[in-house]
Amino acid sequence: MFRTISLCAAVLLCQSGYAANNASAFNPAFSLILSGSYGSLQQDPATPATGFAMNPTPGHEQGFNLGESEMGISANIDPQFRGAATLALDPAGGISVENAYVQTTSLGDGLNLKFGRFFSGLGYLNEQHAHAWDFVDQPLVYAALWENQLGEDGVQLKWLAPTDMFVELGGEMGKGRGFPGSDRAKNGSGAGVLFVHVGDDIGIEQSWRAGLSMHHTRTIERESSDVPDLQGNAVTNQFTGDSRTAGLDLVWKYAPNGNLKERYLKLQGEYFRRTENGDLSYDTASANITDSYTVTQSGWYVQGMYQFKPHWRTALRYDSLDPGIASVGAANAGNVIADYAFKPSRTTFMLDYSTSEFSRIRLQLARDDSRQGLPDNQFFVQYLMSLGAHGAHSY
Amino acid sequence: MNKIFSTLVFLLLSNTAHATLNVFACEPEWAALTQELAGDQANTYTATGALQDPHRVEARPSLIAKARRADLVVCTGAELEMAWLPVVLRESGNANVQPGGEGYFEAASAVHMLEVPTRLDRGDGDVHAQGNPHIQTDARNFLPIAHALAQKMMQRDPANKALYQQRLSAFEQKWRAALARWEKQAAPLKGVAVVVQHRGFPYLTEWLGLNEVAVLEPKPGMEPSASWLAQVLDTLQQHPARMVLRAAYQSERPSAWIAQRAHIAAVELPYTVGGSDAAQDLYALFDDTIARLLKGLQ
Repeated sequence: MFRTISLCAAVLLCQSGYAANNASAFNPAFSLILSGSYGSLQQDPATPATGFAMNPTPGHEQGFNLGESEMGISANIDPQFRGAATLALDPAGGISVENAYVQTTSLGDGLNLKFGRFFSGLGYLNEQHAHAWDFVDQPLVYAALWENQLGEDGVQLKWLAPTDMFVELGGEMGKGRGFPGSDRAKNGSGAGVLFVHVGDDIGIEQSWRAGLSMHHTRTIERESSDVPDLQGNAVTNQFTGDSRTAGLDLVWKYAPNGNLKERYLKLQGEYFRRTENGDLSYDTASANITDSYTVTQSGWYVQGMYQFKPHWRTALRYDSLDPGIASVGAANAGNVIADYAFKPSRTTFMLDYSTSEFSRIRLQLARDDSRQGLPDNQFFVQYLMSLGAHGAHSY
Repeated sequence: MNKIFSTLVFLLLSNTAHATLNVFACEPEWAALTQELAGDQANTYTATGALQDPHRVEARPSLIAKARRADLVVCTGAELEMAWLPVVLRESGNANVQPGGEGYFEAASAVHMLEVPTRLDRGDGDVHAQGNPHIQTDARNFLPIAHALAQKMMQRDPANKALYQQRLSAFEQKWRAALARWEKQAAPLKGVAVVVQHRGFPYLTEWLGLNEVAVLEPKPGMEPSASWLAQVLDTLQQHPARMVLRAAYQSERPSAWIAQRAHIAAVELPYTVGGSDAAQDLYALFDDTIARLLKGLQ
């Protein structure tokens, strides 16, 4: 029924609430997220966090921006399958496929199989779409270790235990599409994920979920440009090797009487630790010296969000990254920086107002100390509006 | 891990040993009705409390775990649970309780819906395309819902068909007697003008013949602003009301504001089982609702 209704809402086709006899009543649920922002930064957003020049820097947009508008389409395909796609409309033109997956609806026994392109189930924030974030941006650890969000082309199998407490086990195999993978184009699987989630309520006012995740990928010739070296030059490097990440996540929510409408508090934190072990080719454009390279990078964040009255929420987040100390093979010991002796961090404050469940206007201030010697005071205003089908949100 | 496995084995064994019907009720009124119709034969879990706004519930891990083991999901429907139930059912990996499945029951499908919008536009606020979902405030609705729910239970648990049939007949008889009593008690409420905080009472006002003259929410689901409340106060000067109604889960501020200025009674109704100290089962829910309304007249 939701599908029929959302069609009416989105297209304004029908005069009455009942349009089941209309041929288009079988059309899928359609929703559109409109978002945009204004950003004021003191530093170039393309500058990576110190020690993370070989990681992606998703950064921010400066000035007035049309954010990514996101189009969501979903419906049951038949009694066995449900399909969903999220298409991101790039402000510069073009459409990219954020999600496009099929999931089973009738396997039973607590099993859920998903295949296609989807956000990996690792961590807590990874599966959430940008419009559900509590801040304009992702935590630094997600930006540096997962390029904001790990999207995978592959298969996911989840099993929910038949216990009173929520216990879910999941596994994924995929192409290794997003960082730290290198988009494997060969037979076999390029990346694997294992995760376990447990959760429960404590009385009627509190609930929680905790998770443990493991990710592995074999990355081939992953190229990074503008990497500083010991001589003070910016070079292009290539890495080939194993990348293993472990993560912990915890979320706890509290609402007086369990009533989210009035006031509620959400505390969450996540920690990821990645070890990459392989060969690094230094300065592929000229010197091109290859030797072993091993580094363990980690990062964490904690944040608290409080809805202090209906429609008004505020949140505070602290981010921290550790670039680790690399073991660099002898051939590159004089070229590659092994120890940056700096831990990037950031503190972010957010205040948002929602006129209804479908609109949100947000103000965000951040003190970004992620680049050594280049502190950045950041200011953002953002709007997030959703129209069309009313999608249900995950925890 | 050992503990999890032993619990798991215990659950599998205990399920076959007792063969009770595991029911996941979205709201307390349906848990109470299930209890009336199945007694000890059902093991009922209630997903939301009387002090929670049923529109604003999250797909919490605990709900997903409970839905995983449910034989029957009993909800209001009419989009009341649309913000969370679809995720809970999808993530549960329980094929039987998916919408349209054998173990899925919507109470709204058994009754005549009021306030079905003639146009669907979010500019009108949080409207529900299938009509106003707060069907549990008219006690008469429980007869067709009980009938349909008992049929569903007989389908899911045919071994105990006779029990459900017998309990349904007993419920219908007792409920009809209670209806006659409530309608007699509520006779002085006929035609009484009321203000409501949220459009959550059309079934109650239709049943008891109350006359709804104003709504405190400017649009469904939107908080009333001071200027809007002032307008409502103006309306009340021309069309005086006797009381302002709100459900137990709603903030008392708007009701208290208008009650004080319009010199009318602010009446908090339990709205569902557990919404007040007295409303501990379905009969007590309506006993208490009518008692509170009558008190508002004084």
